[in-house]
Amino acid sequence: MNSKKPNRRGFLKGGAAIVGAAAGAAQSVRGQAPAIAAYSKKELIGYGERSHFVTSLREPAPGRPSPDAFGLVFHVATPLQDQTGFITPSSLHYTATHRGAFVPDIDPKEHRLMIHGMVDRPLVFTMDDLKRFPSVTRFHFIECAGNNARASHKTVQQSHGLTSTAAWTGVPLSTLLKEAGVQSGAVWIVAEGAEEVKGASSIPMTKAMDDCLVCYGMNGEPVRPQQGFPLRLMVPGYEGIFQVKYLRRIKVVDRYYWTYNDYGHRKTDPREVALGNQIGPKSVITFPSGGQKLTSPGMYEISGLAWSGAGAIRGVDVSTDGGKTWKAAVLKGVAYKMAHTQFGYEWNWDGKECELMSRCTDEWGTVQPTLAQIAKYWNEPLTKDFRVRGNNNAVHPWKIASDGSVTNGLA
Amino acid sequence: MASHNLLFAVLILGVSAWAEGPTYKIGRPPTAEEIKAQDISINPVTGKELPPGHGTAAEGAKLFVTKACAACHGANGYGGRAPTLIVPKGYPTKTGKGPERIPNIMPGMEMGIESPGLMAAHAPYAPVLWDFINRGMPLNKEGSLTPDEVYSITAFLLWKADVIKEDEVMDQNTLPKVKMPHLDLATETPIWKKGPRLANYP
Repeated sequence: MNSKKPNRRGFLKGGAAIVGAAAGAAQSVRGQAPAIAAYSKKELIGYGERSHFVTSLREPAPGRPSPDAFGLVFHVATPLQDQTGFITPSSLHYTATHRGAFVPDIDPKEHRLMIHGMVDRPLVFTMDDLKRFPSVTRFHFIECAGNNARASHKTVQQSHGLTSTAAWTGVPLSTLLKEAGVQSGAVWIVAEGAEEVKGASSIPMTKAMDDCLVCYGMNGEPVRPQQGFPLRLMVPGYEGIFQVKYLRRIKVVDRYYWTYNDYGHRKTDPREVALGNQIGPKSVITFPSGGQKLTSPGMYEISGLAWSGAGAIRGVDVSTDGGKTWKAAVLKGVAYKMAHTQFGYEWNWDGKECELMSRCTDEWGTVQPTLAQIAKYWNEPLTKDFRVRGNNNAVHPWKIASDGSVTNGLA
Repeated sequence: MASHNLLFAVLILGVSAWAEGPTYKIGRPPTAEEIKAQDISINPVTGKELPPGHGTAAEGAKLFVTKACAACHGANGYGGRAPTLIVPKGYPTKTGKGPERIPNIMPGMEMGIESPGLMAAHAPYAPVLWDFINRGMPLNKEGSLTPDEVYSITAFLLWKADVIKEDEVMDQNTLPKVKMPHLDLATETPIWKKGPRLANYP
């Protein structure tokens, strides 16, 4: 049933030292080798690593290679097919950069966040200052606007891997803005990072005051360097580029600023603009998914993830007949707002060819659309060349062949 | 329009409610120097944060080579590995294979090349170009250009894109007044409201 392909290259590179040590250790005939010798003290006491038998890795997202011709890491996709539950481990959390950026090496003792502009009291905070404020921890997904399933994608990592959920800890941005005293007429903020391009995004004050977080924690430890160490802005439900990493400055302003990152969002049709900031309701089946194989007919639990930029997931339906009929899946645990929610559906495969799909509904009653519905909205024919405008949240099909192999239903 | 005005009124009232006294009294005020050093966000319309300095296309043409812009963007702002900045008449605007297309473009960077993504001429306001170059260029030496140099390179790109004349001096007063030809293509993001993205979207 489990057809995960071990990544040999990653295995050898990452686990060479451990493998070397293990080779000299006595092996039990039952295969239960006491593996103490294989693990270092650092491993056993300091900072734990996963088993060297677990080889799941991130990979460059299809399209632009990482590192690219300039040595820049661009988009790296998370192995959703291997994930258990709705939390992505920090080491496997997807990462993306606007132009392709180097990860800055920031000393948190030197890092500052400045809030200025249209405020009564401009303020500078150290990291220690920020940790004195009442904190919150929330589960939130981040998804890249480029998380766009294509017919050429073989796996769910390729088609949907530019999204992850983590537990984010920090101070509500509203707390800090109130501390500075937002002036009348200030309806936008510009949030800016400390990396080499000082990436910046315009964010509406309504959103800033509603649920944005200034985060120093991620999955129980400091935010990882690729995710913005030591400080990252969380704009729940907005596409990834708004989640400003290495947050150094918030300027309170009276208009949309067409910043470095906003410029890439430049669109003409107001409908397309509206579809290009907040993520729509979206779901995908992660098992069985492309590249995996069902070993025999019989019982399987179809499982996957659902999320919406507008709030919590209310329900997920699964179809095993290419969208002709739909049945309700089970949501696993609490459906948090703007967080991946895991779903499951018990399925008895009869060994015949079929097509699996999932569609979710969020707390506003918005239902994840099919590609056909989206094409109809834009009055365009649904050809292979059809491209979804704004963020692509279309229903995704997986084809099951009679031998149990799973392939991309868009192909 | 009435609903827009109402929304605006609600927003203003809301903003007033946020302007209250400090609760925690944590943090310190920045110095004027600290703000000046970091405040590189430029109001796209008024350009009010633009620093003193000036430049012309002639100076910019030289800098385009000496600051290595040409190395990535091509000698004339097109045909390089990095996004096309200037599209001369008759030059292809689509990437891919074939004589009518731009070859050898870095995958994933088409955005800056294909119309209407042509960076220089398609910025909605001229200070947007200035801000982009000032904070994001050149690769690996970001933030190293002086204001004069940024004004000059901006002037060079605007001149090459037929937006300004070759001898026009760009500075904190003239740059915001440059009328960009494709302002109408840039729709600003509306104020966010909790809820679905777009009514009647499936």
